[in-house]
Amino acid sequence: MATTAPARGAVGRFLDATEIDTRMLGMIAAVVIIWLGFHVASGGVFLTPRNLWNLSVQTASIAVMSTGMVLVIVTRNIDLSVGSVLGFTGMMMGVMQAEWLPALLGFDHPATWVIALTFGIGVGVAIGALHGWVIAYLGVPAFIVTLGGLLAWRGAAWWVTSGRTVAPMDGDFRLIGGGTAGSIGATWSWVVAALACAAILWGIVAGRARRRRWGFPLRPVWAEGFLATIGCGAVLGAVALFNAYPWPRGVTRRWAEANGIDIPEGGLFIAHGIAVPVLLAIAAAVIMTFIARNTRFGRYVFAIGGNPEAADLAGINTRWVRMKIFMLMGGLTALGAAISTARLNAATNSQGTLDELYVIAAAVIGGTSLSGGVGTIAGAVLGAVVMQSLQSGMVLMGLDTPLQNIVVGMVLVMAVWLDTVYRQRAG
Amino acid sequence: MDTAPVTPLVEMRNISIAFGGIHAVEDVSVDLRPGEVVGLLGHNGAGKSTLIKILSGAYQRDAGEIYLGGEKAAIDNPRDAKAYGIETIYQTLALADNVDAAANLFLGRELLTPWGTLDDAAMEAACREVMGRLNANFKRFKEPVAALSGGQRQSVAIARAIHFDARVLIMDEPTAALGPQETAQVADLIKQLKAQGIGIFLISHDIHDVFDLSDRVSVMKNGRLVGTARTEDVTKDEVLGMIILGKCPPGAVPGNGATA
Repeated sequence: MATTAPARGAVGRFLDATEIDTRMLGMIAAVVIIWLGFHVASGGVFLTPRNLWNLSVQTASIAVMSTGMVLVIVTRNIDLSVGSVLGFTGMMMGVMQAEWLPALLGFDHPATWVIALTFGIGVGVAIGALHGWVIAYLGVPAFIVTLGGLLAWRGAAWWVTSGRTVAPMDGDFRLIGGGTAGSIGATWSWVVAALACAAILWGIVAGRARRRRWGFPLRPVWAEGFLATIGCGAVLGAVALFNAYPWPRGVTRRWAEANGIDIPEGGLFIAHGIAVPVLLAIAAAVIMTFIARNTRFGRYVFAIGGNPEAADLAGINTRWVRMKIFMLMGGLTALGAAISTARLNAATNSQGTLDELYVIAAAVIGGTSLSGGVGTIAGAVLGAVVMQSLQSGMVLMGLDTPLQNIVVGMVLVMAVWLDTVYRQRAG
Repeated sequence: MDTAPVTPLVEMRNISIAFGGIHAVEDVSVDLRPGEVVGLLGHNGAGKSTLIKILSGAYQRDAGEIYLGGEKAAIDNPRDAKAYGIETIYQTLALADNVDAAANLFLGRELLTPWGTLDDAAMEAACREVMGRLNANFKRFKEPVAALSGGQRQSVAIARAIHFDARVLIMDEPTAALGPQETAQVADLIKQLKAQGIGIFLISHDIHDVFDLSDRVSVMKNGRLVGTARTEDVTKDEVLGMIILGKCPPGAVPGNGATA
């Protein structure tokens, strides 16, 4: 007892000084435990550049959508329709680039992917606007509206092509889905890493300057240094990992032949680097975090979640805020659809089935409270990583699909239970 | 009449509102002059909170008109009321429990940086300044208001009402959750605000809370106005009679709810 008390005090002081969120720390610990567990259980194939790179790509679509689901759930709503909306917007983008645009512009027109993506996101925002309008202005509960959407948009995805699968996708559009070509390579990955580190350092320095200007208490210099080191270290480590995963030999050989390069002894090492969908997911998370923390809209989202009546009485146009949240959710769902359609190189009418549950689970595992008012974007993205880690770890171990679903279901319930316990302790 | 030439700050004329078949407020008129405290009294369910929520924009009246400074005002939602300088401290305090004091203080009126993002530092600084005046012991600026004590939460709600240059202040049961010392503080604050020329509606079901602070009292019963009186013209017992029996004493101007 005598030895643990000062140790805990030291940990407490450390957490106070760095202002690290203990919940987030717990989530990261959970990811590490899951990863190490699978690594051991799978005989050392989980923590490899190849598997983690694949994991990052597989997580991207759900992660993008979970950033929007956080705002939906924070305002005490739910969106059960994201899987079906993903199916429908994916189908619209597929038809646009594989059938409508080629008829107008010819195949492989350089503008095809931009038009298809913009169109898809427009459709997603419009669907979200419709849902949001019925929920906010007509007063139908979100559960019902999006349950209707779950059926309706799945039906619509089927109806567009009478159930036919649309393939292949435009060559440029496919880059959104990742793969060997849809990764930015070693050099650009280091550039992204450098920019990210610069942003972290700038954030810490600017934050310190702002606190000083207003005379607020400052973090100790060692704590700032620690945060900078950890932040930049994580970024550089992740990029080093992505850069350690080379192109497959066959692809490398074809590329070398096409470019007239001789393959040296021992093979040519061309790194994947960060995959495009992962960049999109990171961008979505950064932008959504900014929206949630630094804009009026974000502040209103949390105020509505904390006390809808108070938000109304404070003069906030809560209906319009709610409608905007669903528009945002629709747009992000379309982006998720672009990633998953591009990755599959096809638009199918069953695409995104059950995705709504994975997205909601990611947000909830990430600490978003279903009773409203609480949640972070970063947590939801981590939640998506947890879900996908479980899934791909079990695949690596050769577990049957039904067993996988049982495990994921149990983990979801357990995560929420742990969170409940944590909140009761934290008061 | 010494009060005749002064244009009332607020005049609510013939206000009615019904929920379903229930007439919560029926044809009630009250007024408020600059630097005046009017106590709005009545039992629970007498319609006083409902009447005042019409003035603060939380409810939309079915009939009647509101005049501010002699001019007809269009108040259809809380934003309109705030634009007219009408601030309200609700009985429930109406705080967003999950965000901090500064976020609540500026809720709906956030300070922005030149880039249009939230200026949290400026808001916290302003919050420290105004809370320093109201409750010097208040130190918990970073915590969600759910973690604060009843009195601290009350201070946040009061700070929000007085920070934005209110002309009219509505206080709905402002001392219901407070101890004796904090209640005295609120009374001091009311006197201070009154001296600045702010008109205050003070709502309570307990006559002892408001009688000494008020210049006039208006009493409601069953959604109607029993009467309005200057506190120097009536006794506490007479006002109690108005509240309980709806009996209007000689010193008061009877309303539509007075019995005989």
